[in-house]
Amino acid sequence: MTQKMSEKKTFTGNRGLQLEEALIFEIGSYDNCGVDLEDVPPVESRLGACAAQCDIDLPGLSEPEAMRHFVRLSQKNHAIDAGLYPLGSCTMKHNPRLNEKMTRLPGFSDIHPLQPQATVQGALELMDELAHWLKTLTGMPEVALSPKAGAHGELCGMMAIRAAIEAKGELATRTRVLVPESAHGTNPATAALLGFKVDGIPADASGRVDLAAFKEKLGDDVAAIMLTNPNTCGLFERDIIEIADALHEAGGYFYCDGANFNAIVGRVRPGDLGVDAMHINLHKTFSTPHGGGGPGSGPTVLSERLAPFAPLPYVEKGADGLRLVENNGDAAHQPFGRMVAFHGQMGMYVRALSYMMSHGADGLRQVAEDAVLNANYILASLKDVMSAPFEGPCMHEALFDDSWMKDTDIDTLDFAKAMIDEGYHPMTMYFPLVVHGAMLIEPTETESKAALDLFIATMRDLVRGAKEGETDRFKNAPELAPRRRLDETLAARSPVLRWQSPEAKQAAE
Amino acid sequence: MSKKFTKDHEWISLDGEVATVGITDYAQAQLGDVVFVEVPEAGRQVSKGDDAAVVESVKAASEVYAPVSGEVVEGNGALEGNPALVNEDADESGWFFKMKLADAGELDGLMDEAAYAAYVKELD
Amino acid sequence: MRYLPLTDADRQSMLANIGAANIDDLFVDVPEAARRDGTVDLPRHQGEMQVERQLSAMAGKNMTASTVPFFCGAGAYKHHVPATVDHIIQRSEFLTSYTPYQPEITQGTLQYLFEFQTQVSELTGMPVANASMYDGSTATAEAVLMAHRVTRKSRAVLSGRLHPHYTAVIENLSEMGGFALARADMSPAGAEDLLALIDDDTSCVVVQNPDFFGNVADFTKLAAAVQDKGCLLIVAVPEVISLGLLKRPGDMGADIVTGEGQSLGGGLNFGGPYVGLFAARDKHIRQMPGRLCGETVDADGQRGFVLTLSTREQHIRRDKATSNICTNSGLCSLAFTAHMTLLGGKGMRQLAELNHARAVQLADALAAVKGVEVLSDAFFNEFSLRLPTNAAQTVNALADKGVLGGVPVSRLAPDAGLDDVLIVAATEANTENDIAAFATALTEVLS
Repeated sequence: MTQKMSEKKTFTGNRGLQLEEALIFEIGSYDNCGVDLEDVPPVESRLGACAAQCDIDLPGLSEPEAMRHFVRLSQKNHAIDAGLYPLGSCTMKHNPRLNEKMTRLPGFSDIHPLQPQATVQGALELMDELAHWLKTLTGMPEVALSPKAGAHGELCGMMAIRAAIEAKGELATRTRVLVPESAHGTNPATAALLGFKVDGIPADASGRVDLAAFKEKLGDDVAAIMLTNPNTCGLFERDIIEIADALHEAGGYFYCDGANFNAIVGRVRPGDLGVDAMHINLHKTFSTPHGGGGPGSGPTVLSERLAPFAPLPYVEKGADGLRLVENNGDAAHQPFGRMVAFHGQMGMYVRALSYMMSHGADGLRQVAEDAVLNANYILASLKDVMSAPFEGPCMHEALFDDSWMKDTDIDTLDFAKAMIDEGYHPMTMYFPLVVHGAMLIEPTETESKAALDLFIATMRDLVRGAKEGETDRFKNAPELAPRRRLDETLAARSPVLRWQSPEAKQAAE
Repeated sequence: MSKKFTKDHEWISLDGEVATVGITDYAQAQLGDVVFVEVPEAGRQVSKGDDAAVVESVKAASEVYAPVSGEVVEGNGALEGNPALVNEDADESGWFFKMKLADAGELDGLMDEAAYAAYVKELD
Repeated sequence: MRYLPLTDADRQSMLANIGAANIDDLFVDVPEAARRDGTVDLPRHQGEMQVERQLSAMAGKNMTASTVPFFCGAGAYKHHVPATVDHIIQRSEFLTSYTPYQPEITQGTLQYLFEFQTQVSELTGMPVANASMYDGSTATAEAVLMAHRVTRKSRAVLSGRLHPHYTAVIENLSEMGGFALARADMSPAGAEDLLALIDDDTSCVVVQNPDFFGNVADFTKLAAAVQDKGCLLIVAVPEVISLGLLKRPGDMGADIVTGEGQSLGGGLNFGGPYVGLFAARDKHIRQMPGRLCGETVDADGQRGFVLTLSTREQHIRRDKATSNICTNSGLCSLAFTAHMTLLGGKGMRQLAELNHARAVQLADALAAVKGVEVLSDAFFNEFSLRLPTNAAQTVNALADKGVLGGVPVSRLAPDAGLDDVLIVAATEANTENDIAAFATALTEVLS
């Protein structure tokens, strides 16, 4: 029995509080402006022959119109503040507002990266303090703060490894990087960017690296392994120390993808596992906001063997206070270079440190425990009706495959879209690739038991519906979101990547 | 010559000196809507098993491998403006590229139509 | 603890439900050697008040741009950001949302990205722009890699007037990736012969406008000459406001335009987060790095937006991706879009004119200081000075007098032999009083 939503048609196309909103270019005009600027004092132009030849063909909006435009757009988005976001490997935890307040202190937000260092000692102190927390939590002696995102941090770690190999004169021979088939796509992409050949490591029946197969792949042409731990199936790699030891003996380096650090922060230190380099996603483990796709921040911790190659810039204690080392000539060791202009994501450092200080060592340990507990609670509550590909408890995320739905008419995508109508953002789909129709659920520690219970109940009802043939509920979904399923084929076959005025479109034809 | 097939779901059909290569109907169904195809340019030398072309759907990109060794003589220009041809007619007009064979003997190692049909049945 | 909703009763109940005796049972896979009983050696949890107290103390030790006459630029600029912008980016649905992989419930993000792409396309004069990169320096390095892919060559020619950090980033990525580089010497003025550095393996020539020293130029002739030799011209724009008044790189014939968008919507933030701009020609779309947002329709025929051409990206192509990039600069691109929306084309022109006027006033005031020579003939809102003494020492002395008077070249290029050159910027945020104060302080310091 299906219930009908009100099919009342409206003049505006709006549906109560759900408002349609056009593009700026369809609303604003060239003569509108939401900023009051001073008059331009009369001066003699010093632009040479470089002045623009035409007006800038973009409309403006007054402040009230602009506010309304963006508020209406915001109302079409799901967000952590509004509900559970069970995205595996993304760690969608609550974004504390103290972080936002601290980062906006003028002493952090209104300083220029290149003003004299004596005038920004407090900023350098913050960076130094953050470095201390990251090194202590990971048990590693050095950290490169500057990478701007997780993938950038991966690049940093692998560049440090490449520099170390080159320093030993082994760059021509050590050309192979071992990467599990379950790895996040950025891993092989990073290795390939640096000219390494990527060699896949298979998993065993328990979903972890096949130790024997791994050992067989070792040789003196292996530069490194890139492992995620806990891995992308949400499982802790039990043999990790043995893997690290074997790898080191073969002369290779251990890169660890730290995306899943939330499962072990405060309880396990990657340094104790034999890791040589690990990036940390401040926007995952350390609560800096996802912002609709960024900005991120990916500081990378380095072992004793890699510390000499840490990139510029870095903070060190000098005779007159803290010093930012920015140029090769001033460095005491051999930085492999510079990865980005200026000093990194200061705005995210402030947020992350504010979070770390708030939780403290005891709170962070509790974070990992609650994250793992929440994920296992979900796993235990759903595995009787869904299919978990691997035995035993998980860490901070629960993985299911699509074998439980093989006798139904729906697939993982349909299931996910039906979650939307229930008010949930879907879990991560089709990742990791090693499992068919993967569904990866990471609740994080900031979900209450009540929120989890409702989620579990909803999932059980969706599973029941799938098994009992309520196909329309899935195939037509989503029906209640601001948009129905979008035609991605059309978008890819005929890309339209910017707005064009009707006149411009006509001129093109 | 009747078509021959590879385990990676390419088909090859020899007509005199020149062979035509495409992907099978099974492959296009697996891929979903094809949005873009990158075909090799004339003159490219390929060995059996080399990456020869790329076929992209919305969610995936797959390599198309050279089923035998030789030299590419033509890429299917029609696919540039109309990648949907691969979905509509993978077996004929959705061909990817034509090539001259270096060693016709390599064809012997490939599956015929019946063997390929059996192979596909095993997969499902 | 205020961020943890679970109570001890919840934990007990859930453990029982799972069938675990205690939480340690769930960490059973951790090797014995790596188990730690206590907490790590860091402070315990603290309330907001205590955290605020400590962080405010750190913040209080810094000299902020708004409290003194401020003239630093060199790739990061102080502009006025309208109050509305910060309110928009702090809305829950923007701040705490994720990458729009489920487009049905993230049309807000997708629509502003489409608007952002349109604005960047229009400002640069290029047909297509992506949904942002980390920052200007990495965007420019990615442009070089893209040029290598497009031309199937492996060497880049760099102007000697790129921001030294941009050069360093390109050098780092090139060296690690096995690509070659040729660099012109650094010089604050005069002509550069970049064509002479092009060889058969060159894929691109990279210039910056305005350049590191503040000079502005028209690269139309260079674009044609570079393309004649089968190379691409990449133009990096470190100060996006300059696009409000200068001839657009797209109109000059550039093949790829990169830039730093921080000036729109973003504060100085001690160097980050910033927002990289990246725009290219239609024929090169499939070689572009980064996310792209495209228009389409939904099942009811209504217009909507989605991330598209994803098969270029790492999560699909893996080791054959155009780049390893995953994140873009989401919230920063929203701030850019909101600020640009408030300005509009007309406002942007006026803002740029105001910037230029302030810079001209500054140049006149400083040229009048004994011993100071203005090196730039044509500039936008930044230019270089030759001082009769060491520029870094001068800047420190100015700071002691409460003036943040520009960036010495030696800070970024200590081996360039330009220790007496100072780069200064003026924007709409400067007043005539600021300019007078700077001139006075400089006179005092130099005497």
